[in-house]
Amino acid sequence: MDVREIRKDFPLFQNYPDIAYLDNAATTQRTESVLLAEKKFYEEANANPLRGLYELSQKATDAYENARETVRKFIGAKSTEEIVFTRNSTESLNLIAYSYGALLQEGDEIVISVLEHHSNLIPWQQLAKKKGLKLKWIEIDENGAITEEAFRKTLSEKTKLVSLTLISNVLGTLNDVKRFAQIAHEIGAVFVCDGAQGVPHIPVNVSDLDVDFLVFSGHKMLGPMGIGVLYGKKELFEKMPPFLYGGEMIEYVGKEDATWAELPHKFEAGTVNGAGAAGLEAAIKYYEKIGFENIVKREEELGELAFRTMSEIPHVTILGAKDAASHHGIFSFMVDGVHPHDIAEILSADGVCVRAGHHCAQVLMKELQVNSTARVSIAFYNTEEEIARLGESLRSVRRRMGHAE
Amino acid sequence: MQNSFYREIINDHNLYPAHKHELGCSGCEHRGINPSCGDDITLKLQIEDGVIKDGAYIGDGCAISQASADIMLDLIIGKSKEEAIRLTDIFLRMIKGEATEEEIEELEEAGALTDVSHMPARVKCAVLAWHTLEQLLHEQEGET
Ligand SMILES: Cc1ncc(COP(=O)(O)O)c(C=O)c1O
Repeated sequence: MDVREIRKDFPLFQNYPDIAYLDNAATTQRTESVLLAEKKFYEEANANPLRGLYELSQKATDAYENARETVRKFIGAKSTEEIVFTRNSTESLNLIAYSYGALLQEGDEIVISVLEHHSNLIPWQQLAKKKGLKLKWIEIDENGAITEEAFRKTLSEKTKLVSLTLISNVLGTLNDVKRFAQIAHEIGAVFVCDGAQGVPHIPVNVSDLDVDFLVFSGHKMLGPMGIGVLYGKKELFEKMPPFLYGGEMIEYVGKEDATWAELPHKFEAGTVNGAGAAGLEAAIKYYEKIGFENIVKREEELGELAFRTMSEIPHVTILGAKDAASHHGIFSFMVDGVHPHDIAEILSADGVCVRAGHHCAQVLMKELQVNSTARVSIAFYNTEEEIARLGESLRSVRRRMGHAE
Repeated sequence: MQNSFYREIINDHNLYPAHKHELGCSGCEHRGINPSCGDDITLKLQIEDGVIKDGAYIGDGCAISQASADIMLDLIIGKSKEEAIRLTDIFLRMIKGEATEEEIEELEEAGALTDVSHMPARVKCAVLAWHTLEQLLHEQEGET
C-alpha cells in the first residue's frame, strides 16, 4: 500500500497538508470518490427515491437500492430486506431499543457491558426504566476485555437481549462477538452488535458471526455523515413494529388503521438519504479497491508503531491492554500531572489532532477511575511521520505545562 | 494558549496554586462543575462586612480551569463584594472578546486568559470559577 498515493484520494489532506489527523474513531476523512458519488446523485439522479413512475425517480431509486445491495454484500447479509438505512449507529440502536423493545416484558433482562458508548447504553437504560426491565452489566478485566466467564455470569434465564460493542471506542478492545452471540442464543436471547468502531477496521460478516442485529455509521468508514446502517435478521424485523410512522413505510392507510410496507421500507419512514447511501456505497467500493486485508495490515503496523512510540515516553500511560495488537488502533492515554484537555491543546498547537474527554463512555470512565482521557485513533491513511510527530509533541507536553521534566 | 508568557502564568498557578486548600467557613461555599469535561471546583469565601477577607478552592480539572480559580482569588481577596462582581463582569466580557484594554488591565494576571476568547472549547474551563463566584455571592445576597 502506497500511503502517499492513498492520501491523494482525500481532498482534506490536500487542503491541510500540515495536520496529523489522529481522531479517526470520532470520524474519518472522506475520499473524493465519496464526495463525487453524493454530487453525482444530486446532479444525475435526483428525485425522491420512492419508486416514482418517471425515469428520474427510477434512477434515484436504483441508486439508493444499489447502495443497499452493496452494503448487504459488504457485511454478508442474506437479503437486502435485512438492510435498513438510518442516520447513524445511534439511530440504529434506538430503533432496536424502541422496536424490538416493544416485544419485551416486565422482568425481562437486558445485558450490556461497561465498555459501551452512550449510544449503546442510554437507549437500553431508558427502555428498562420505561418498561420495568432489568439492565445488567458485564464487567471487564484489567486489560479492558470481557472474559467468557464474566459474560456468562451476567446472563440468566431472564436475559432476552444482549448488546455489545465489537471494538471499544476507548480501549480498542475487540469482543469475541461470535462466541458471545452463540452463548446468548443458547439461552434464547437476541444479540445486538454495535459495529460503529468495528466495521470500519475489521472485516465483518453477519452470517459468520450470527449476530441478530448489527449497527454501524457511514462517517466512521470514509462515508458521508448522516447515513448509517441497521442490519437485522428478517424473522426478527418481521416481528417488530415500525419505529417511525409516516410516508413511504406504509402499504395501506385507512382512517382507523394502516398496514406496513414490506421490509426494509417498514423501517424507513419519510424521505431517505439517497445521496448519503450513494456516498456510503462509494466508501465501501474504496475499501474493496484497497483491499480490506491491506487496510487491516496497515492499521496493525501503524498501531504497533504508535503503541511503541507512546509507551517509550516517560509519564505517558496507555489505558487498557498491554500489547499493541489488542488496541485496534485506539489508544486512550494519560500524561502524569497534565489534564487530557491540556494534552490535546498542546498537541493541537503542533497540528496533531487527538480527542480528549469522556468519549461518550462515562460508565467506563468511572470504571477506569478517570474523568477523561486523551485518545489517539488511527486509520490506514495515517503515516509513520504523523506518528513520529505525535511522539515528539507528546514528549514536550509536560515541559510545556510547566513541569521540570 | 500559544502566547508563552500567558502560558507560563497559567502553568504557574496550575502547578503551584496559592489558594488551593481547605478553608474553614460554613455556608460560604459553592461548587461548580463542567459535566462535559469533568472540571470541578468548590469555592469558599470568608466575607466580613461586605469585604472578601479570605478565599480558597479545591478541585480537579484542566490547567485553565484550575489556574483561573487561583488567579481569580488573587484578584478578589481583600476587595468588596461589589468590586468582585464588577471584576467578574469584566472577566466574562473579556472571554467574549468584548472588554477594553483598560478593563483587561484591571484584571491583572487574569488578563492572561484573554486568548481563551479565540478558543471556544476552553471558554467553559476559563469561566467556571467566575460563574461559581457569581453564584456564591448571589446566594449570600439571598441570606442577608
Ligand atoms: C462504539 C460506538 N458506538 C456508537 C457510536 C455512535 O456513533 P454515531 O455517533 O455515528 O451514531 C460511536 C461513535 O463514537 C461509537 O464509537
